[in-house]
Amino acid sequence: MGLTGISLVLFLIVHAGINACVFADMADPEENGAMFNKAAHFMGSTVLIRITEIGLFAGIILHIVQGLLLTAENKKRRTVGYAVAYTAGSKWYSRSMGLLGTLILLFLIMHLYHFWASARFTGRGLEPVTYNGVEMHNMFGLMKATFSDWKVVIVYALGCLSLYYHLAHGFQSAFKTLGVHNKRYNAMLSSLGYGFSAVITIVFILMPLSFVLGWVG
Amino acid sequence: MEHYNMNLTVKVWRQKNSRAQGNFESYSVKNISSEMSFLEMIDVLNEELIVEGKEPIAFDHDCREGICGQCSMYINGKPHGPWQANTTCQLHMRAFKDGDTIVVEPWRSAAFPVIKDLMVDRSAFDRIVQAGGFVSVNTGNAVDGNSIPINKDAADASFAAAMCIGCGACVAACKNSSAMLFLSAKVAHLALLPQGDPERKSRVMNMVAQMDKEGFGACTNTGACEATCPKEISISNIARLNHEYLRAGLTAEK
Amino acid sequence: MLDAKIPSGPLETKWTEYKGHCKLVNPANKRKLEVIVVGTGLAGASAAATLGELGYKVKAFCFQDSPRRAHSIAAQGGINAAKNYQNDGDSVFRLFYDTIKGGDYRAREANVHRLAEVSGNIIDQCVAQGVPFAREYGGLLSNRSFGGTQVQRTFYAAGQTGQQLLIGAYQALERQVALGNVTMYSRHEMLEVVKIDGKARGIIARDLVKGTLERHFGHAVLLCTGGYGNVFYLSTNAMGSNVTAAWKAHKQGAAFANPCFTQIHPTCIPVSGDHQSKLTLMSESLRNDGRIWVPKKKGETRKATDIPEEERDYYLERRYPAFGNLVPRDVASRAAKERCDEGYGVGTSKQAVYLDFADAIVRYGKIEAGKEGKQNLSMDEIIVMGKEVVKEKYGNLFDMYEKITGENPYEVPMRIYPAVHYTMGGLWVDYELQTTVPGLYALGEANFSDHGANRLGASALMQGLADGYFVIPYTLGNNLAEEIYNKAIETSHPAFEATEKEVASRIEKLMSINGKQSVESFHKRLGKIMWEKCGMARNKEGLQQAIREIQELKKEFWSDVRIPGSVDEMNPELDKANRVADFLELGELMCQDAYNRNESCGGHFREDFQTPDGEALRDDNNYMYVAAWEYKGEHEWTLHKEPLEYDVVKPTQRSYK
Repeated sequence: MGLTGISLVLFLIVHAGINACVFADMADPEENGAMFNKAAHFMGSTVLIRITEIGLFAGIILHIVQGLLLTAENKKRRTVGYAVAYTAGSKWYSRSMGLLGTLILLFLIMHLYHFWASARFTGRGLEPVTYNGVEMHNMFGLMKATFSDWKVVIVYALGCLSLYYHLAHGFQSAFKTLGVHNKRYNAMLSSLGYGFSAVITIVFILMPLSFVLGWVG
Repeated sequence: MEHYNMNLTVKVWRQKNSRAQGNFESYSVKNISSEMSFLEMIDVLNEELIVEGKEPIAFDHDCREGICGQCSMYINGKPHGPWQANTTCQLHMRAFKDGDTIVVEPWRSAAFPVIKDLMVDRSAFDRIVQAGGFVSVNTGNAVDGNSIPINKDAADASFAAAMCIGCGACVAACKNSSAMLFLSAKVAHLALLPQGDPERKSRVMNMVAQMDKEGFGACTNTGACEATCPKEISISNIARLNHEYLRAGLTAEK
Repeated sequence: MLDAKIPSGPLETKWTEYKGHCKLVNPANKRKLEVIVVGTGLAGASAAATLGELGYKVKAFCFQDSPRRAHSIAAQGGINAAKNYQNDGDSVFRLFYDTIKGGDYRAREANVHRLAEVSGNIIDQCVAQGVPFAREYGGLLSNRSFGGTQVQRTFYAAGQTGQQLLIGAYQALERQVALGNVTMYSRHEMLEVVKIDGKARGIIARDLVKGTLERHFGHAVLLCTGGYGNVFYLSTNAMGSNVTAAWKAHKQGAAFANPCFTQIHPTCIPVSGDHQSKLTLMSESLRNDGRIWVPKKKGETRKATDIPEEERDYYLERRYPAFGNLVPRDVASRAAKERCDEGYGVGTSKQAVYLDFADAIVRYGKIEAGKEGKQNLSMDEIIVMGKEVVKEKYGNLFDMYEKITGENPYEVPMRIYPAVHYTMGGLWVDYELQTTVPGLYALGEANFSDHGANRLGASALMQGLADGYFVIPYTLGNNLAEEIYNKAIETSHPAFEATEKEVASRIEKLMSINGKQSVESFHKRLGKIMWEKCGMARNKEGLQQAIREIQELKKEFWSDVRIPGSVDEMNPELDKANRVADFLELGELMCQDAYNRNESCGGHFREDFQTPDGEALRDDNNYMYVAAWEYKGEHEWTLHKEPLEYDVVKPTQRSYK
């Protein structure tokens, strides 16, 4: 659980980094997402990335399977529940990783349908664009179109919020599962975990928000 | 300290034996002094039940000093009741006020079956210790106590883990009924001392295997165990246990 | 009747000689010999583990849900050992001498010397097991001092030494369980000894969960069942601590020695009301820094902090300038009672004295300030620093006090009062720890052998582990060597059947009374009689009265007790009734013994035998003996005397002035 979790965390860093390229548009309105489109094209065209992508999907599926098994197993350990639940001793999101994970999964399905499926298979809503003689998908345009609807933006924001809480527990928990018990490192990892979760979430939420508010595009 | 008296409603889980179906019963108790301990309040209630010809509430308790680990009640939604770093036997009625309703339940875990009313069977803990929670040293062949100096910080950390009283509150508090805090306290206690080193790998592997066999859940690091532990055993012991487990698994030769 | 079997030769070589010549059992034969160990405290767990290691087939019993919960776990202060790590003049002889003197010259020299000899091995063994004793920065073991001694020989693990030692023994025991050498029976209570041809051959035990009676055979039976302080109802013992196993043994022929020798511990949290179920000890180590006082004015109503220095009576420092607040337990307890009886007591009940850390806080604060080179600090700043030091030393005890009383002992002095804590008396045993019933042994607090009339602090843990780890493995072997020809007896033997029937009919009888009063109410009444008439101070008339009252109470118990529930299920009230029934008989014998002993010594203080300044008046000419009582029938005992011969130590009047 911890190991797959950390691999997904690494993916999130890359994902957020590349997506952040859309903000290049803010500095230069003429840019029109060129930097982002190039980066997305690069990510879609190298064999190495393709192989990593398979790994990523395997990681996600493994993480989900592990999560489902863990939750199912743990549920069986208390056949008769308490009349009064013990809530003061732990954070609600620490106890709700399964629920948060499910929400993220639902969001992910929608998200994949919006972008990944289009780019890879259907080409839905994608215009070609050419930079330096190389034709590529205008992913930037697709984002702009997708995020023109407030409803979609709100669903994205909620999905990212689920991600925040999932990470707030998951990040530090993963390191404990992997055996980091040094008090100093644990304190560091704990703050790093909250910081990381917050930054990732803000970056992700800012994107649809920026499109819908017209800050970019 | 001002003393006061109170009337209370106590809602207690009653269950005739491990096979029977249990249910909650409500009792009202009157004129309870704030100076009394929680168990003394139950004593008073039991005396009344006996006089009325009813069966008293069965509950585990022995030393009533917070050290033997036998008492085990889940009071108002927390193992050992509302106070921090405390056992049920050391909980005093000052924690409540006149008119309160107090809900008392047994530890709930498939690995801790209810024996009667509020008593549960915690023998799984003994079996986990049997799997390796010891140093294999027969009586008589020890070297002088001062022949191996031990770093004071390590000795103190080992002691802090060894303070575990084996009450099972960690399991009762955990949403997964995990026994990781209990197990990790024992593993940490012995892993931190040179005397525990020779059996370090086999100990952690065998104890974890036994824990799984007993039907405890897996740890998801929620921290509920640490928050309710009467001896404030740190959750960092669980991380240490994971470290020991990975180390043993990765370096195992068979 | 009483043959102590003390080996001949000089005191220092008796044990070595014994070990060199005792009979041994070869490993193949050990596997065929079965040993029953009742109780899993320090003595029981260490004995069961060690005998298992040697290869005997051991069955261990405890009434708690796990062997780790035996009441040895509650011992706080520490364990003595003559290691002389501090280079302060300690030696085996000095530990031996201190223990004999502390016991007011009523203990057996040979046993005590053996105890001192093996004390060092105990520490080594515990360290090897992974017991995390307190250590110095250099990594070596730390020591502290305790009452009644002038050297630092007490090893400790914060305020939880008993817990750590018991867990060490428990782990050793569980290891033997895993190896199949020991079979553990938790939630089982021994209710009778089975005797065949005059020898103890097994027990009848009740499975407390199922409610069924079980028969268990053993070539030998070891009782490690602790003391009987709960006869007083209120004591520092655990709620379940009881005399039943020892008492059954006594009624089967084992002599009971010095039952009146009970230790009243001076520093306990006072009783707060009628509902009180037990008392809590505050470690003796607190007397290292705390000062004990009462107001000089009778019936003082001001708060402690409002009473000026000159109106306080530090009565221990006044009466015993040499030892001050660190006089032995019996002396400190009596002095507190004397002040309260005179009307100087404090708190709502007026049955308490102050234990004050204000001076210590200031003293430590100044030392800390000095260490940090700070001058011109205000008193408040010094107090803050001092509190930190006190917190580090006694924090857990102060927290416990605050939980129980709701008062903050850093701000106001603690209120303390003496409470029953330990019983020096117990089953009479010879040098081999065998009772007067062959094959039946008693270890730890359950026997009488090592502490005389008063036990020194940090010696109970030492004795329990000495008996279990280092004495019984030799002495049991010496006797079991003759048993190798005897096969295990089937539990279908008529003796087992008859004994089980007796136990069952006794339980039936209890259940059939169906009276009106609860078991608890009888126990409380017994405790009150014992505390008032056979407690810290006793006198002839009071004891006679107590005997009559207890006999009456016993009759009432057997005609009006009410036990709900049924026999064939878990029934804690029935368990309690079984125990209280035995306490009712023991209480009478204790009074009998106290009545017989026309002297004051150690924990036994007869008001009619005291010096003009109120100190204990011993009578060595007439009472330098162990009083071993043989059970003859209801209310009937025969006294056997084992004279105490002091070859090495010369008894003097114990003085701590």
